[in-house]
Amino acid sequence: MSITRRTLLTSTAAGALPLVTPLRHARAQAANTIRIGVLNDQSGLYRDLTGPGSTQAVRLAIQESGITTRGVNVEVAEADHQNKPDVGSTVVRQWLDRDGFDVVVDVPTSSVALAVNTLVRERNKVFLCSGAATSDLTGSACSPNTIHWTYDTWMLARGTGGAMVAAGGRTWFFITADYAFGHALERDVSNFVRAAGGEVLGGVRTPFPGTTDFSSFLVQAQRSRAQVIGLANAGGDTINSIKQAAEFGITRRGQRLAGLLVFISDVHALGLQTAQGLVLTATFYWDLNDRTREFTRRLGRMPNDVRPSMIHAGCYSAVLHYLKTVEAMGVQAAKASGAAVVERMKAMPTDDICFGQGTIRQDGRKIHPAYLFEVKSPQESRGPWDYYKLLQTIPADQAFRPLNEGGCPLVRT
Amino acid sequence: MSELWYELEPFLQQGTLGLVNGAFYAILSLGLAVIFGMLNVVNFAHGAQFMLGAFVAWMLLNWAGIGYWGALVLAPLLVGLLGVVIERTMIARLYKLDHLYGLLLTFGLALIIEGTMRNAFGSSGLPYQVPEAFRIPPVDLGYMLMPAYRFWIVVVSLVVCLGTWYAIEKTKLGSYLRAAVERPQLVQAFGINVPLMMTATYGAGVALAAFAGVLAAPVYSVNPAMGANFIIIVFAVVVIGGMGSILGSIVTGYILGVIEGFTRVFYPEASATVVFVIMAIVLLVRPTGLFGRA
Repeated sequence: MSITRRTLLTSTAAGALPLVTPLRHARAQAANTIRIGVLNDQSGLYRDLTGPGSTQAVRLAIQESGITTRGVNVEVAEADHQNKPDVGSTVVRQWLDRDGFDVVVDVPTSSVALAVNTLVRERNKVFLCSGAATSDLTGSACSPNTIHWTYDTWMLARGTGGAMVAAGGRTWFFITADYAFGHALERDVSNFVRAAGGEVLGGVRTPFPGTTDFSSFLVQAQRSRAQVIGLANAGGDTINSIKQAAEFGITRRGQRLAGLLVFISDVHALGLQTAQGLVLTATFYWDLNDRTREFTRRLGRMPNDVRPSMIHAGCYSAVLHYLKTVEAMGVQAAKASGAAVVERMKAMPTDDICFGQGTIRQDGRKIHPAYLFEVKSPQESRGPWDYYKLLQTIPADQAFRPLNEGGCPLVRT
Repeated sequence: MSELWYELEPFLQQGTLGLVNGAFYAILSLGLAVIFGMLNVVNFAHGAQFMLGAFVAWMLLNWAGIGYWGALVLAPLLVGLLGVVIERTMIARLYKLDHLYGLLLTFGLALIIEGTMRNAFGSSGLPYQVPEAFRIPPVDLGYMLMPAYRFWIVVVSLVVCLGTWYAIEKTKLGSYLRAAVERPQLVQAFGINVPLMMTATYGAGVALAAFAGVLAAPVYSVNPAMGANFIIIVFAVVVIGGMGSILGSIVTGYILGVIEGFTRVFYPEASATVVFVIMAIVLLVRPTGLFGRA
């Protein structure tokens, strides 16, 4: 047998090379050019909720800002981090050190986002985080160069976790994706449950990425006899957990399922038959009001005909505000110091068709309302992608962790 | 007694569920072993072909109104046919070269197939319900409630695996196949069409992968990455069982499914790694695999 097992395994590893879209006119007119790098999952389980849709949203923001008609060049590049911190770091180093990028946008997958957070701070550039969830980005890991735009684990805990506890779910069991995001989400929800007098009976940590079968973990959750099974995972993991929970009839025997982070593309993949009744928290829904529908219309057809997720909306909103700030400061000043741009962004109020009026806090947290939704039944849904009904609006001042509780060193007390 | 039972219960539960995962490992590694044993090709596109099986099942349902049972027959046939085309137009040209070329070709094919499906359908996947016949209350095993469909997976995979093993090891056709592997020229001289047999074997191996894909569609998310998640583990199974060993890959598939299940009781974080730890140990102790011949 001339083939060796080693060749077999090294060929597998060859699949892990980063894919970077090259810039079309590198270094041309560099002084008057803003370079935006969209870094996210282009090929894995978070592709539909971030991926090429985020780049599309960024391009719309550039177009609507009108900055290019006033003599400023804006260039966009996108890259796939494959949900791996090392791959993401390599791309960002190349962008910032070699290609002169000014801002990194999106970056789902909290482990990658935390790595990017550090790199951007060291180089004094700007990080507009829409995709990642960990509330540590505005807590212990907060940075004068980072704004955490769309949502975070504390907000999800407050929304879905709070609603579950209010509905009588006192005892919890967690199925947690075993990386920074899952840990942060589990921690934030647990704090809520305990503060409300509830109890966390246990949990399992599932390998990420690469877990397909959740039945083993669901059976362990069943055995715990907890009233609520909290799914501290996202994307494909959430889809598989909910699909298999339905198969095992978990909810028919009295336990409730809390999808702590559910995106509209997940609901689409599950089908309303399986997903109906799920309660979820989001800061954006394409069909929420006239302005969000207008955004969806302007965005145009998305890859695979999905509707924009809150992450896509966040990328749009963040870049729009960033470009407004750059214009106010002047391109030269903006390119000189990322921290100065972020400081200026915090000083200006935000307003856009996705999130309405908002502010950015000292710790880098963007503040806007959050919404508690319930997934419609197939009978209630009137058309394609008509999936949510609004249960409750959580006002902006209550939706996110209070400034003094995050432990961010930037916050002067 | 009841306390001991309480301690034992999780192991019984996870062992049973592990058997279901093992059923997928067994069918997939069997297909790989058949292709490697007969063609000497390391079929890296196996995971992609598994995924295609699930997608074809979805297409048959949504575009042609053909349900699960029809898909169980048609999807393997269609994907197997695609395998035949791939073998005739591409793989057949590489038999005379080093194995590495076959591996690289199929690896490239896997990336192309997955990328195409991702572009066409996105990464979140598509819904596929458990077939009507299995929408009955779960079966009470005493220590857990098991959905009827999962039983079906275990039963049907056992039948398919044993049937394939029988066909290769015990029938006349199987003996021709095995002879063609050892002495292709001689078998050809006896008037048997060896290239045709190779093509049919590859098609059958691919059909097995697609069959597993249809089986998986109601329980796992039907998405372009579903095969990639499985295939690396399945390669480890093949290596542990002994490359090319038919029975070895079947038995190892089920055993590793169960071991993985046990790992989920006492250290869930390691459940994705345990198979590779076992692979490393087996390679150190028995480099040809558990059932392989040196």
